[in-house]
Amino acid sequence: MTAPFPLIACPDCDLLQREAAVPAGGAARCSRCGTVLYRNRPGSLDRTLAYTLAAAVAFVVGNAVPLMGLTAVGHTASTTIIGGVQEMWQQGQPMTALLVGFCAVFAPALDIVLTLAVLLAARRLPAPRWVGTLLRWSPFIRPWRMVEVMMLGILVALIKIAELATVVPDLGMFGLLALMMLLAAMASSFDPREVWARVRWVDEERQPPGAFAQSVSAEAGK
Amino acid sequence: MIGGVLTAARAGFICCEACGLLARPAEPGAPGHCPRCGEELVSRRHNAIQRTWALIIAAAICYIPANVFPVMKTTTVTGVDDDTILDGVVLLYTTGSWPLALIVLIASVIIPLAKLLALGFLLVSVQRGSVANTHDRTRLYHLVEFVGRWSMLDVFVDTFTVALIQLQPLMSVAPGPGVLFFAAVVVLTMLAAASFDPRLIWDAGAAPEGSHA
Repeated sequence: MTAPFPLIACPDCDLLQREAAVPAGGAARCSRCGTVLYRNRPGSLDRTLAYTLAAAVAFVVGNAVPLMGLTAVGHTASTTIIGGVQEMWQQGQPMTALLVGFCAVFAPALDIVLTLAVLLAARRLPAPRWVGTLLRWSPFIRPWRMVEVMMLGILVALIKIAELATVVPDLGMFGLLALMMLLAAMASSFDPREVWARVRWVDEERQPPGAFAQSVSAEAGK
Repeated sequence: MIGGVLTAARAGFICCEACGLLARPAEPGAPGHCPRCGEELVSRRHNAIQRTWALIIAAAICYIPANVFPVMKTTTVTGVDDDTILDGVVLLYTTGSWPLALIVLIASVIIPLAKLLALGFLLVSVQRGSVANTHDRTRLYHLVEFVGRWSMLDVFVDTFTVALIQLQPLMSVAPGPGVLFFAAVVVLTMLAAASFDPRLIWDAGAAPEGSHA
């Protein structure tokens, strides 16, 4: 059978249901457990590309420029994220330093690079298979990029320090603030389904004919 | 629509975890790989219950040294001061910023403990084949998944305090052994949440006797 709306299963409760058309900006929810199955995000790929490029710039600013300067009893100090990681390492906590470096620097960078690669490659139709491979990795990276948690951590640290010293936020802090918002915008505008619909299948024999740019998940409906 | 509770598993399909394609398994015993993205097809995550239990137990063990050992060692001209996570909360409170003290208390003490209890509850309810409150339990699972990363807060607070307060010989701050255990609790509970499979919550209700839904 060839259905106009293919079957999908809810990732949370496994209920089998038919896809339905969703108005722009709307979301389809599972009829049993209410989990959002997919959203209709018009212009998702272009919009996400714009956010990702901006996030790349904000990442460079937030990591290269000192976050804040501190003045106390004639001493001055300033730090970047990497500087914090280095200090943690030298003070006898290399494992914690690595974890902080991973969550604060490496994971956001990787997310930006992967998303950029996926979006640029998916402009061509059909998108090469490695796009699918990268797209498979990105949900594993997302929970570990913790720019917003770090921002709150910096805020708490600054308030703790405020009574000991004068702290002045530097350009890097604003870069980080912008990065935090752009990463959130990237995550909410990106629609992986749109990319999956453009990717060349691993098993090309099972790929439904003329499936590109059609609705996804056609395998069960044929 | 389809009457009764027809899940992908009962209909003989597998929903690919990576790309969402509803795929037909190659053979029931050996489903093979997703034809679109190449991910291994699994109807339910492998050994979800055992893995989640193992990670929760490991996290619970680390939770004790994380709260007992100091996370920060402050050296001043008058001496050395060890601070545990709770000491940090008290310090914030006494210096007048009680909203921040509350945030740190919630993120560092309450959330990790609540995550352990919530995941333990979900596991026990799945293992007992409970069919009650399936919606609420799914929501609880998503809450655990969403909120987990915020526990990392204290690790970042310690890192930036250590990075900034290096005013030798007047005052310097070094991390304590508690940080590593605390970070381990956060990582282990995040991995535990990721290894649990929310579809297990609904599987008991999808059994033939409960097909009236």
